[in-house]
Amino acid sequence: MAKYLLLKHYRGAPEAVNDVPMDQWAPQEVEDHVQYMNDFATRLEGTGEFVDSQALSAEGTFVRYDGEGRPPVTDGPFAETKDLIAGWMIIDVDTYERALVLAGELSAAPGAGGKPIHEWLEVRPFMGEAPTVTE
Amino acid sequence: MIDELLLRELTPAVIGVLVRRGVDFATAEDAVQEALLQATLTWPDGHPADPKGWLVTVAWRKFLDVHRAETSRRDREERVEIEPPPGPTETADDTLALFFLCAHPSLTPTSAVALTLRAVGGLTTRQIAAAYLVPEATMAQRISRAKRTVAGVRFDQPGDAATVLRVLYLVFNEGFTSPAPGLLRRPFRPPAGDVDLAAEAIRLSRQLASMTGDEETAGLLALMLLHHARRPARIRGDGSLVPLAEQDRSRWDTALITEGVAVLQAALGRDRLGEYQAQAAIAALHADAPCAEETDWVQIVGWYDELLRLTGSPIAALNRAVAVGEADGPAAGLAALADVDPGLPRHTAVAAYLHEKAGDLAAAARLYADAARCAPNLAERHHLTRQAARISQLLRR
Repeated sequence: MAKYLLLKHYRGAPEAVNDVPMDQWAPQEVEDHVQYMNDFATRLEGTGEFVDSQALSAEGTFVRYDGEGRPPVTDGPFAETKDLIAGWMIIDVDTYERALVLAGELSAAPGAGGKPIHEWLEVRPFMGEAPTVTE
Repeated sequence: MIDELLLRELTPAVIGVLVRRGVDFATAEDAVQEALLQATLTWPDGHPADPKGWLVTVAWRKFLDVHRAETSRRDREERVEIEPPPGPTETADDTLALFFLCAHPSLTPTSAVALTLRAVGGLTTRQIAAAYLVPEATMAQRISRAKRTVAGVRFDQPGDAATVLRVLYLVFNEGFTSPAPGLLRRPFRPPAGDVDLAAEAIRLSRQLASMTGDEETAGLLALMLLHHARRPARIRGDGSLVPLAEQDRSRWDTALITEGVAVLQAALGRDRLGEYQAQAAIAALHADAPCAEETDWVQIVGWYDELLRLTGSPIAALNRAVAVGEADGPAAGLAALADVDPGLPRHTAVAAYLHEKAGDLAAAARLYADAARCAPNLAERHHLTRQAARISQLLRR
């Protein structure tokens, strides 16, 4: 089994095919989208492949150390061009191919007009454990 | 079946007995947790006639085991006293002292919450960690640091009731508002750790109220009961929030409402108003309305005025603007909102609602979309997005 992070972006990802802002959907389309996402997570729990998922708020700040005795330096909120992560799901699956299949299904969540959003999700493999060497 | 609630209710009193016998609080607390664990293993075979006595005996033995192991390591000369005979202190109930100690002002709110749930609530570290979605090791560290912080505090000195209430309020709020952890969009479900924090906060507040007779404790208990009563109607099966006005009121728990109103009335009758009583009075007026349209908004505004006078809280001012909007119309509500800090969470959502009531749909749609973007949790974000979608649809017609 290997863990993968499926990343969803507020911005920074290539444009989705069905790219209509959510507040322009019909209310029922919002309901259907939420239901699809819930069902997806529940199904992955059922198959034993779900690990965790979290959403992030849209605000964020860069911070760095600025030397002894000084408060940290902050920068932000981010410029519109910056990549901004919206949330993630972590899955634990047998193969990379399986991770791609699941990310594809998540990207098919329905959006405006009840049609799939085709949004771009980023799939990132976790660094694995060093294998135990026995000789 | 073992009575887990009984066990947990006895926890602080048993810790109290050990502390009175001279055991330091941190060690006593550990010994009692061990005794609780043993009770869950052995009580199914036969419930002792004197559960508290049983727990004291077992916890004392656990303490002696640890103590002997330590002293034999250090110095074999040292000998521990045999079990002291029960004296007058053995019957004294130190539960209240434990409440004060675990909410001691030297503790941060986060530490006080964790320590209270363990030493007063009798929950295991694993259960508390699961309820707060942090690793068990993290929660264990938080609890032991909290114990070190209060190590020098005298056990029997009277504490600050306000901090205890604050801790219980935080526990309740966590259980009431937190949707389950979750995905991008995740359904509400009860915490995996099987602890219902809202119910636990109510249990502890009941216990505290029965010991103190303090009006604000009663007010807080009433507030929790009245909010808890609405819980079955508050969240849909898919995890989305149902606003108060749209809730199916037949699903409100009338027994909890009756209890909450009775507790509140008794407290108000003593004429020592405080913020929890004022908040409970507002909740009671909502509970009293057979449908949203019959809500007595004029009285609710009056209670918000009291709450503002008592606390000066900007959140109270924000909620008051909503109530004014209902009582005197959206224009009055917007005027009241003009005096409230626009940086407050939910300010935009309130502005959207009042603009919609005032008939300015274009502004409402824009504000709902803005509010959705800065919503503090997914349930609220979905709710606000749906509102934006609903109004945008109206505008397209």
